[in-house]
Amino acid sequence: MFGKLSWDAIPFHDPIPLITSMVMLLAIAGIAFWVWRKGWWPYLWNEYITSTDHKRIGIMYIVMALIMLVRGFADAIMMRAQQSLAIGASQGFLPPEHYNQIFSAHGTIMIFFVAMPFVIGFMNFVVPLQLGVRDVAFPTMNNVSFWLSASGALLINLSLFIGEFARTGWLGFPPLSEKEFSPGVGVDYYLVALQISGVGTVLTAVNFVTTILKIRAPGMSYLRMPVFCWTALASNLIMLAAFPVLTVALAQLMLDRYLGFHFFTNDGGGNSMLYMNLIWIWGHPEVYILVLPAFGIYSEVAATFSGKPLFGYRSMVFATMVICIVSYCVWLHHFFTMGAGADINAVFGIASMIIGIPTGVKIYNWLFTMYGGRVRFNVPVYYLLGFMLTFVIGGLTGVLLAIPPVDFVVHNSLFLVAHFHQVIIGGVVFALMAGYTYWFPKAFGFTLDERLGKAVFWCWFIGFHLAFMPLYVLGFWGATRRLQHIPDPTWAPYLHVAFLGAAIIGLGIVLTVVQLLYSIKTRDQRRDVTGDPWDGRTLEWLTLSPPPHYNFAVLPDVHGEEAYWTRKQTAIKQDQLIEEPDYQPIEMPVNTPTGVIVAFFASVCGFAVIWYIWWLAILGLIGAFAIFVWYAWRDEHEHIIPVEEVRANARERRRIRMEHLHNLSQST
Amino acid sequence: MTTEAATIGLTHGGSEDTGLGHRGPESKSIVVPYGFWLFVLSDMVLFSALFASYATLVHATDGGPTTNQLFDRNLVAIETVALLVSSFVCGLAMITAKRANMMATQFWLLLTGLLGAVFLFIELYEFTKMVGEGAGPQRSAFLSAFFTLVGCHGAHVTAGLLWLGTMMAQIWAKGFQQHITRRLLCFSIFWHALDIIWVAIFTIVYLIGTLP
Repeated sequence: MFGKLSWDAIPFHDPIPLITSMVMLLAIAGIAFWVWRKGWWPYLWNEYITSTDHKRIGIMYIVMALIMLVRGFADAIMMRAQQSLAIGASQGFLPPEHYNQIFSAHGTIMIFFVAMPFVIGFMNFVVPLQLGVRDVAFPTMNNVSFWLSASGALLINLSLFIGEFARTGWLGFPPLSEKEFSPGVGVDYYLVALQISGVGTVLTAVNFVTTILKIRAPGMSYLRMPVFCWTALASNLIMLAAFPVLTVALAQLMLDRYLGFHFFTNDGGGNSMLYMNLIWIWGHPEVYILVLPAFGIYSEVAATFSGKPLFGYRSMVFATMVICIVSYCVWLHHFFTMGAGADINAVFGIASMIIGIPTGVKIYNWLFTMYGGRVRFNVPVYYLLGFMLTFVIGGLTGVLLAIPPVDFVVHNSLFLVAHFHQVIIGGVVFALMAGYTYWFPKAFGFTLDERLGKAVFWCWFIGFHLAFMPLYVLGFWGATRRLQHIPDPTWAPYLHVAFLGAAIIGLGIVLTVVQLLYSIKTRDQRRDVTGDPWDGRTLEWLTLSPPPHYNFAVLPDVHGEEAYWTRKQTAIKQDQLIEEPDYQPIEMPVNTPTGVIVAFFASVCGFAVIWYIWWLAILGLIGAFAIFVWYAWRDEHEHIIPVEEVRANARERRRIRMEHLHNLSQST
Repeated sequence: MTTEAATIGLTHGGSEDTGLGHRGPESKSIVVPYGFWLFVLSDMVLFSALFASYATLVHATDGGPTTNQLFDRNLVAIETVALLVSSFVCGLAMITAKRANMMATQFWLLLTGLLGAVFLFIELYEFTKMVGEGAGPQRSAFLSAFFTLVGCHGAHVTAGLLWLGTMMAQIWAKGFQQHITRRLLCFSIFWHALDIIWVAIFTIVYLIGTLP
């Protein structure tokens, strides 16, 4: 009846997961109760959960990413604590089977459920605004994408409480992840959760490529698009072409595990290196899926806070697209030691170094953008500078690893761990924090506290270097990754410093929460009444903060690069806005519960598959098909915002903007 | 301003359009099939990974049956004709749908579905026969890759048949509304794409596999 599910699945005898999951359940129940007491459920349901508004969906993605960041960090600090305690005679506090689950969960969560939703959240929030349009190409599908990602996140967290998580590392390499060596449900949780969220990601990619190529404001030609939109385009193209390969690799592993196929098994002619190839054909482009939009954020920050147009806009676009293509030609550098031979290793080694060139171009572009500018040192600029320092070192250690003979020495070591954390934290996380500070006022109408923001930056910056620089050294000394116990006591001081660094990053995460709460409390003093708090250059700063549901009363006409900046300067010079346009009623897509319902069935079906409860899985599939037909049958797609409302809002906005521009022209 | 254009904020007429979106957002009749094309492309990538797996594992028979001992060219020929004719008939359905001819459209769509079902039936027959001979997917890595590649195509055809049934019911109940014919167009893109995949399967798996 219930497949493999029984009371043994609950970790009654294991205090750490039991207490953690109890705290999590209590927190969720507490928040749900609090929202109910305040009477906010209808608001939450109408304005967020069922919303097809790209801005609301973007915010939901980022909230999910921040929550999962806490979970992923908890795993990180436990690993660092274990490694700094379990040295020599001591065994630390985590037994191997638990420690292995923790490092697997840490990697899976940080990539799939922190970095990805964070990046996708920004693309959701920013891209339609920057393109000067009202929504993405497929608003309902956008909502479905989000809820499928949330469903994957739910299953990953469920594994903490019911059953176990994979002990196979964040990519689940066979043959270890095969049924023979991992008979538990851990790997199944991993596979099912990633398959469900992967479907959401492919749908997101379809949505955003269509949006960027087909839905832009009049006059917004390709070479007038802000760089963030270009990087989002590149990122989504990669997603479109890479995620199906991940789906195949994971599906084949599932077939091996569930139906006894022989793709990657040791017997029956299976070939586990096939899995490595497939997973890294997805895995290396994935790095660029994350880091390209991060480069986009840095480009926006560099131009805005330097008060100058981006240096070498076209070379930036070109570099982005080159990276987009070359990102597909380097996957084999993840396993030079496979034994493919010197010539193949050389080709992939050289390709991996070539990809450093367009990246270098970008670094110079940002430097020259700042050069000669009047740089305002707001929080995002701190992250930009911190990024350039950190990322260049990370890139250089990457070039070292791209040399096959060097890779043979340091592969699978802490050197590698230090390298990829340096590019992902220094490159992606810093950008996400910069973007969070930069676009927060656009989303909520007030800025975040600068002082606390800088404190958060210093925590991340110092904490990161303390935590990972020692790992480079240890890697050279031969410390492999994922050690549950450290045999050599001379490594202890380095591991203690690394723990200290992780603790400082933890302080940074706590301060992020403090900053958010403090900023909400003092929001009346930090209102962004103009819609343009940073003296921006792209179209999202043209509309109010927060923007109306429909973003723009009339789609802006774009003339030249830096659509908003040109328009703003003309208005300041002439001391008047463009002539008032003829307002029209606006039709916007209606809300839909489709996403939540689909995700509900996906979660039920996924849970049933993990625990071999086949009748429930079939029921879930039938439910999903029923909702598909029901959705296809609906007649009402849009609701109309009357012209009076549009006109009144637009006039109010014009009044505010006129006042603001008038002040600006007075001050200059 | 038409309903669909307004949703995404179309402000310019479509006649002088470059197709690159420089004159403002494209209309839904362009955006929806375009998005669906992208989805089909990602599906092609999915199949390319399956083809790569098959090519890697085709000789990993683990002492079990090889391609030459398993495949029956004649059966596959009938299968292929059924699927290709099904696509042709699907094209006829699109033409009659453009003319809003209900009975003819329903007839051609039904025929599309029946031919698809014939294809699927033969495939299932082949599969059960192979499993019966002890050449199931658990036998060797080659057979795992074969069943996954061909079976994935078959699963797509099955999904297509479900979609087709839904479409026929929708056209029947709601007539040739704009958004429904748009969906029908997407369905036909999907159905033709499955043909393209099948041609590749036919060549790489069956033709090469039955070479002497």
